[in-house]
Amino acid sequence: MSAVLEKPKQKYIVCEGNEAAALAVALARPDMVSVYPITPQSSLVEHVAKLIADGRMDAEIVDAEGEHSVLSVLHGAALAGGRTYTATCGPGLAFMFEPYFRTSGMRLPIVMSIVTRDGITPQSVWGGHQDAMTVREVGWVQIYCESVQEVLDTTIMAFKIAEHHDVMLPVNICLDGNYLSYGASRITLPEQDEVDAFMGVKDVNWHAALDPLRPMAVDPLTGGATGKGPATFVRYRKGQCRGMQNALRVIAEVHDEFAQRFGRHYAPLLEEYAMEDAEFALMTLGSMSGAAKDAVDEARAAGRKVGIIKLKTFSPFPVAALVSALANVKALGVVDRSVGFRWNCGPMYQETLGALYRLGRHVPSASFIGGLAGADITVEHFHRVIEQTEALLHGPAPTEPIWINEHD
Amino acid sequence: MYEIRLHGRGGQGAVLASGILAAGVVEAGKHAVAIPSFGFERRGAPVVAFLRIDEREIRRMTNITHPDCVICIDPTIVNSVNIFAGLKPGGTLVQASGKPLAELALPDSVGTVGLCNAVRIAMEIFKRPITNTLMLGAFARTSGVVSLDALKQALLDSDFRDAGLEQNLRALQRGYDETEVHHLERRVAA
Repeated sequence: MSAVLEKPKQKYIVCEGNEAAALAVALARPDMVSVYPITPQSSLVEHVAKLIADGRMDAEIVDAEGEHSVLSVLHGAALAGGRTYTATCGPGLAFMFEPYFRTSGMRLPIVMSIVTRDGITPQSVWGGHQDAMTVREVGWVQIYCESVQEVLDTTIMAFKIAEHHDVMLPVNICLDGNYLSYGASRITLPEQDEVDAFMGVKDVNWHAALDPLRPMAVDPLTGGATGKGPATFVRYRKGQCRGMQNALRVIAEVHDEFAQRFGRHYAPLLEEYAMEDAEFALMTLGSMSGAAKDAVDEARAAGRKVGIIKLKTFSPFPVAALVSALANVKALGVVDRSVGFRWNCGPMYQETLGALYRLGRHVPSASFIGGLAGADITVEHFHRVIEQTEALLHGPAPTEPIWINEHD
Repeated sequence: MYEIRLHGRGGQGAVLASGILAAGVVEAGKHAVAIPSFGFERRGAPVVAFLRIDEREIRRMTNITHPDCVICIDPTIVNSVNIFAGLKPGGTLVQASGKPLAELALPDSVGTVGLCNAVRIAMEIFKRPITNTLMLGAFARTSGVVSLDALKQALLDSDFRDAGLEQNLRALQRGYDETEVHHLERRVAA
């Protein structure tokens, strides 16, 4: 913090999360971006387009006719060796799904912001994690941000994570629709030469670079039940899984390197907040975490031994780090901003149950679902979550999710 | 922490004003977070923006339900929205209105009122009823939370497209100069 305050005053700017993401993209110097605007992501791609129009960003931009084409354009650019970027959300992500699935299989290190939005229907244009959660099993790295500064910093880091030779996977940087996309805060903008030094020499696509003078095929037909098909398919899938597991280490390394160069450190996989002697804990994701921390500070002052485990990296799921963070926890309340229809609970809660099994000890737990379709999760809401989670220490655990905004 | 809720109508620049106010606060060395609340943008529909100001980093990214101050940049919105909902006791109202204080229906929670005939001044400066920058000047005058100079600097750093910088600087100054500030005797609750 002191390092930040020592910097000259003019380095502070005030901007919304969407603009912060666009500024980060410009600093990372992509070769090609392709865009299609959709609420609440629209202003992000407008900022990107303006940066290019103003000459502050030297990239080709393709304003495509829809999201399916947007990502397909980037496939071509990435296969030709370019650094690539786009952003979308909600129904745009749904329309993008076919090339979205292919991106990770082709090991294309495309960076895409998801300005998270709840699923339709019921009709809604507001925030929620339902879109990103729905595609969590498609082999993209997915990282959620808490603040506008973290959006900027993590978007820069995303390119380095995606393009790392041990990873070579696409990365989603998730920022909460409305609260982070339009929320404006004071931030520090890194200098271009510092970002250049952090990024190093661009070495984007060394494994398959299309060249008209050297024709080649990519994405061959594999699989089936005969010949080399089954073994080849397994080799591809195992490679994707290995890349995801490698990402756990690379995400941590890149965050360390970023902290050393820029003085801002973020817990790369998950943050343990007030967990040292915590008897019970909340789990949070994204921009809700700030209000959760304020509530936990007040609860701590009132003598309650509560902490927070805030997930930053959701995919790959940081199982080992979570098991370690849960080592001494006696009750757990997991707050999701989306719905898991199959298990009648939040998706993060459902994933956490798997980590709790690895823990090998029964921990009473509850699934809280809030902030759907733009609803607020306030400090007061978190005080109720704290009370209800503390009650698990001595009482029965609910079998149904607790809907935070049910009576708002 | 000082919390502001800004009421206006789509097209008047309430969200833009909250961003400029945040920039002015940061110019003065403090932290600010501005969060607008809107969805399908429609000209004329009620719009709300929230602003927090603090000496230290602001972590909560949430709406504001118990503001210290309500800035209302539209003179008629009070007829369709309860702009006073949750206002803290002794709170501040900065209101665009051509009416005298006695004609305003104010709840007991209001302790200070800044009144600015912003529509009339805006018609003189912009030939349109754009009241947002005027009301930032009115807020600075009424509350003292941010200085006129810091807001001027924030305007200078802003990117004006169709509205001119010079007009907005005049609007800020006139909003500041032509606001009447009233400190009300607290009415004793029955």
